[in-house]
Amino acid sequence: MRRLLSTALEVHPQVALRPEPFGALAYHYDNRRLVFLRSRDMLKVVESLSTHSTLEDALVASDIEPQRWQSFESAIDSLISSEIVRVR
Amino acid sequence: MSASPLVEQLKGGLDAPICLTWELTYACNLECIHCLSSSGRRDPRELSTEQAKAVLDELAALQVFYINIGGGEPMVRRDFFDIIEYSVSKGIGVKFSTNGAYIDTEKAKRLTDMDYLDIQISLDGADAATNDVVRGTGSYDTARRAMDNLASAGFGPFKISVVVTRQNVSQLDAFKALADSYGAQLRITRLRPAGRGADTWHQLHPTNTQQRDIYNWLSAHGENVLTGDSFFHLNALGPALPGLNMCGAGRVVCLIDPIGDVYACPFVIHDEFKAGNVLDAGGFTRVWRESDLFIGLRKPQSAGACASCGAYDECQGGCMAAKFFTGLPLDGPDPECVGGDADALLASVPVSLVPRPSQDHSKPARVPSIVAGR
Repeated sequence: MRRLLSTALEVHPQVALRPEPFGALAYHYDNRRLVFLRSRDMLKVVESLSTHSTLEDALVASDIEPQRWQSFESAIDSLISSEIVRVR
Repeated sequence: MSASPLVEQLKGGLDAPICLTWELTYACNLECIHCLSSSGRRDPRELSTEQAKAVLDELAALQVFYINIGGGEPMVRRDFFDIIEYSVSKGIGVKFSTNGAYIDTEKAKRLTDMDYLDIQISLDGADAATNDVVRGTGSYDTARRAMDNLASAGFGPFKISVVVTRQNVSQLDAFKALADSYGAQLRITRLRPAGRGADTWHQLHPTNTQQRDIYNWLSAHGENVLTGDSFFHLNALGPALPGLNMCGAGRVVCLIDPIGDVYACPFVIHDEFKAGNVLDAGGFTRVWRESDLFIGLRKPQSAGACASCGAYDECQGGCMAAKFFTGLPLDGPDPECVGGDADALLASVPVSLVPRPSQDHSKPARVPSIVAGR
């Protein structure tokens, strides 16, 4: 897995996020991928990526406890693979 | 394998559908013998352009990412481009199903110039002989001409959409080769006994041996072939096929028919599965969120007669529509249960108790002139 805590990230400009009770749906209009964000916390982090200089800053700003960072980092890694999130 | 927490949550329903099918018209130039909406003639009550745009405004507000447009033949509508261009302008991607009859070189160019558009050309045989028995004389050549026109216009990877039947199971490799030859994507879906398909299902649906062939073929090609998650009843045969492995009716999918009636899924056009109409007070949103039917479908469903079967977690009891239109109880095995658990039941359902589709827009039967005495 990539180390992403100190990376600057953003939601891909062709992606729309739709909040849902379980978290959110993310849809990529170009590659037509539909991806599930599996918690509201995850949605909060993803939505705040572009306004913070690193993933770590976004996690702190979203009040995610440090012991959960690794699972968020791994989930963000898979969102990068599906092009929902990208490095900026 | 038991369902993931995500799937459990999806079964409880979403604030808006993920995947919505909208049949724009019952009019069609073809008369396919398995048409799940019994299409043929336009219904005079079909939504006007303005009504259709109002529905799109609502879907945009609900953040529906894309819609599947079908019919009938949707390109028959004179406002077809008006509607799909409006949809895309609202941020709702369009995937539409067509028999290809109206995709000439000019239309192919116009479609190619649009963003966020996917096209599915229906084809039910890898050769004209197999296809035309189901879809009508000349329909294979028509579909191939549309594919040629899209390819020449540089549309990119369109989809070839195949309903798997007893007659074409052996052609899956040929369909794949055809799709590859165009740089297209193959989509195969399950035959349902809906619409005119209720009358032809017994002749067309794959045999139990063929179902294993489909499962094996999908296991080998699954990642590169689309299925609309329609074969989850086959998961009882082994490791799960790609997909959510659940019935999405009224939970994550639904159907809007040409007159605005909202049904739980495209395969259950019957009053029993009608949740309301987009023209009712509160519109589509209220139907989706508040109809008794949809709320009921989002409650935990009973496994019924399947509760004691070890494969239930894998197959989920199969397809509600397939059960309904073959007269089987909804809380029992799918008519194509791979364990054979429906075989005896199917044989014992009196024909008079099998539900008939609630509407029929088929063209009038052509009476042979010798019979009519002309």
